[in-house]
Amino acid sequence: MTPKKKKPEMINFTINGRQVQAKPDWTILETARLNHIHIPTLCFHPAITPWGSCRLCVVELRYGKRGKIAPSCLTRPVHELEVFTDSERAQNVRRWVLEMLLAECPASREIKDLAARYGVTTTRFSITDPQEECLRCGRCVAVCHEVVGVQALTFGSRGVKKQLETPYRLPNSACIGCGCCVSVCPTGALQDRLDTVRGDLSRRTGHGFAH
Amino acid sequence: MKRIKNAAELQALRQSLLAAQDPDRPVVRVCLGPGCLALGAEKVARAFKSAIRNKKIKAKVRPLIKETGCHGFCSQGTLVSLSPANLFYVRVKPDDVAEIVESSLVQGQTVERLLYSDNGTRYRSAAEIPFYRVQQKIILKNVGVIDPLDINDALRAGAYQSLAKTPAEMSPEEVLRTVEVSGLRGRGGGGFPTGFKWRRAVDNARENPGPVYLIANGEEGDPGAFMDRAIMEGDPHAVIEGMVIGAYALGANQGFLYVRHEYPIAIQHLSIALQQARALGFLGKNILGSGLDFDLQINRGAGAYVCGEETAIIASLEGRVGEPRTRPPFPAQEGLWGRPTIINNVETWANVPHIIDQGAAWYARLGVPHSTGTKIFSLVGKVKNTGLVEVPMGISLGRLVEEIGGGVPGQERFKAVQTGGPSGGIIPYELKEAFTDYHYHPPDLIPEKKEISVDFDSMAQTGSIMGGGGMIVMDDHDCVVDVARYFLNFLQEESCGKCLPCRLGLKGMLEFLDRFARGQGAPEDIVALESLGQALVDGSLCGLGRAAPNPVLTSIRYFKDEYLAHIVDHHCPAGVCRDLITYSIDPGVCSGCGLCAADCPEACISGKKKKAHVIDAAACIRCGACQAVCPVDAVHVA
Repeated sequence: MTPKKKKPEMINFTINGRQVQAKPDWTILETARLNHIHIPTLCFHPAITPWGSCRLCVVELRYGKRGKIAPSCLTRPVHELEVFTDSERAQNVRRWVLEMLLAECPASREIKDLAARYGVTTTRFSITDPQEECLRCGRCVAVCHEVVGVQALTFGSRGVKKQLETPYRLPNSACIGCGCCVSVCPTGALQDRLDTVRGDLSRRTGHGFAH
Repeated sequence: MKRIKNAAELQALRQSLLAAQDPDRPVVRVCLGPGCLALGAEKVARAFKSAIRNKKIKAKVRPLIKETGCHGFCSQGTLVSLSPANLFYVRVKPDDVAEIVESSLVQGQTVERLLYSDNGTRYRSAAEIPFYRVQQKIILKNVGVIDPLDINDALRAGAYQSLAKTPAEMSPEEVLRTVEVSGLRGRGGGGFPTGFKWRRAVDNARENPGPVYLIANGEEGDPGAFMDRAIMEGDPHAVIEGMVIGAYALGANQGFLYVRHEYPIAIQHLSIALQQARALGFLGKNILGSGLDFDLQINRGAGAYVCGEETAIIASLEGRVGEPRTRPPFPAQEGLWGRPTIINNVETWANVPHIIDQGAAWYARLGVPHSTGTKIFSLVGKVKNTGLVEVPMGISLGRLVEEIGGGVPGQERFKAVQTGGPSGGIIPYELKEAFTDYHYHPPDLIPEKKEISVDFDSMAQTGSIMGGGGMIVMDDHDCVVDVARYFLNFLQEESCGKCLPCRLGLKGMLEFLDRFARGQGAPEDIVALESLGQALVDGSLCGLGRAAPNPVLTSIRYFKDEYLAHIVDHHCPAGVCRDLITYSIDPGVCSGCGLCAADCPEACISGKKKKAHVIDAAACIRCGACQAVCPVDAVHVA
C-alpha cells in the first residue's frame, strides 16, 4: 500500500487567545514567530537543532484542565492547546533566569537589554567574573558540529564549572576559521575567543587550514 | 555446566541440587553487605574459614561458610546467622569467631553475649527482632541468604523459576498484561507505571519494526542509599531474570546493565552471575527452548548523579556526554540509537520475577491502591536501627521510624525525615497541616492528616518524593537550613549544567541559603527563595533540576520558623550553623582536665589544672573538637 500524498493537516491552537495554525512538525516557537508573537530566546537558532538550554522561551500550556510549563522551542502543539507566552508562571521562570544571567554574564549588553525588557535591571546574585559574556547556551558548539561538520568547540567540565573549550584545551586544526560560531553567538562572547580555538593564524600552514 | 534446553531440564537440575543438599548441614552466613564490609566482615568470614579448617569438628558434617549479601541490620554489623540452629549474632568481631565455632557449631549452644538485645530482651533469631518482624521481605528474600557468586545456590532458592514458567505458559502479551495489572511502578523515584511504559514500547516497536533495548538503571547516586547495591551484590540473578522476562515480553535481544563505577563489588557479582547464567542457557541464543535470543552486558557509569536520569543514561551508553535531553520523545518511543528503549531501575526489574511467579492479583494486594508491592528503604540518620528495610507500600512513616527503626537514640525528639535522596523533601514527623494541592500534583488524593503514609502519591502530596528509597531521620540537633544547604550543594555539583535554571539556579539558591546560615538576609528573601525554587521546578529540563528545590521548598513550608530564627534572631535553634553559635564551658561541670585545651586547634581554651576552663569566643572557630573530647559534657552550644 503506498501512502497517499495528502496535504498535511494543520493544527489549530491558540497563543495568548489568538487562533493560530501550525503544520504538524512545527514547534510552538516557530508558529509564534510566523504570527509575529514575541517569545524571547537565547539558545534557539534556526540553523541548528533546538536543545532547550536557556529556558527563556518557556510558555504555559493549558490543555483541558491540565497546565504545565514547557519550552516553546521544543514543544509541538496539539489541537485545542492554549498557549500563554507571558503567564505569571512563565514570567517567573524567565525573570529569574534573566536575573541570574545578569550576574553570570555581566559584560553582555544583549542580556542587559533583554532583561530590561522584562523589568529586570538589578541582580541579587554574586558576580564571579565581571568580564564574562558567555552564557554556555551551546549555539556555537552545535553550529560547529551540525552545520560546519567539524568539532572544534566543545563544553568542558560539568555544572557550574562548565566552560566553553576546545578539545584538550588546545588550539586545534579541526577549526577551519569559518567564524560560524562567532556569527551565531547571542552575546558576542566568541569574538574575543576565536583565537583560542583556531590558534595563531600566522603559524598555521598546510592542507585543511584557513589561510 | 551444561546448557539447559527447556523448563523440564531446569526442574530436574533444581531437584538434583536440592537432593544433594544436606538439610542438617550447619550453614554460617556472614553478611558482606556495605555496612558490615566497612566493619571488617571479610576478616570475620576469613576467621570462620580458617577456624573450621584448623579445628577438628566433631559434628557429623563440616559447616558451610557462606559469604552473602546484605542482611539489612547494618547498625549491628558484622552480622552472622546460623542455620539450621536459627541463631542470629550481631556485632561479631574476628576474635569472637573461635567461641562461636566452639559453642554453637560443635556443642550446639548459644553465645548469649552476641545475641541482639534491646530493653533487656535477648532475641535468638532474626525473625523475632522488631527490626525484622514488621518487614515483609520479597525482593530481599534471597539477599543475605544465598551465596551471590554461586548460581546453584540461587537455583535452590528458586531463581529462574519464573523464567521457566514464562515461555511455557504465558505469551508475551500475557506477561505484559500481568505487569500492567500488578500496578508495579518504577522504583527509581519517578513512580511511573512500568506496565504502561512497556506497553508504549511494544506499540512503538510494532509500528516501527526493529530492535528494542532494555536497560537496568543501577546508577544509584543518592547519598546514604544502597538499595540497588544490595540487590545487585546480594542477588544478581533476580535482576537478570527480571530482564530476561522483560525481553520476552518486549521482544528485546539486547540489554544493558548500567552500573556506577563506585560499585565494584556489584559489578563483579553481576559479571560472575552473567557468566554463570550464560553457561546454563538463561542468556544467549534460544533461552530455555523458547526461541528468545537475549544477552546482557555491563556498562559502567563514571559516577555522575545525573546519569540516573534515563535520557542521560542513553546519551552515556551512546558514547556522548551524560546530559539529559528533553522528553518527549520518551525513551519508550525513541531511546537508545533511536529505538524504543525500556529503562527500569534495578529494584523494578527484581520485582518482575515475583509478579510472574505469584501473579498480578497477589502483587496488587500488597501495599495500597495505586502504590502496590513492597519498597526497599535505606533507613539512616538519627535512628537506633539503621539499615536496609523492605516494607509494604503505605506503611506509616511513624511505624517505619519508631517500630523498625527503634526511634531516635537518646533523649532527643524525632523531628523530621528526609525522603527520596537529595532531591526529596524534608517532612516533619508530626504533620498537622491540612494538605492542599501542591503545584504539580492533582489534589484528588488526600492522605490522612496525622500519619504520613509512605507511598508514591502521599509522599508527593507532602511536597517530597518517594525517590529511590533513601530515608534520613533527623532529630533536634539537625538544622533544616543546614541540611537543605548540604543537599543543594550536592546537587549543584552534580548538575550537568545544560539548562540555565538548574546550573545558575542551584548556585543562586545556595547563595541565599549561605546568607541565611550566616544570619544574614531578610524575611522577604524566604519568599524570593520560594519563587526561585518554583522557577526551577517549572523551568528545568530534566528531573534533577525539577526536583532539586524540594529540600528547600519543603523545609520552608514546614520549618519556616527555623528559617526566621536564623534571619531575624540570628540564632540556629539546632546549634549547627557555625556563624550563629557559641561554645561555652559550664564552670560548674568542668573538671579542669585540660583535654579540651590540648585538642583545641586554635589554642583558645585557657584555664588552670583542676579549675574551670574558659573558651575565648573571639578566637573560637566553632569546630566542636572540645565538645567531642570533653569527658564530663561541660561544653555547651548555644
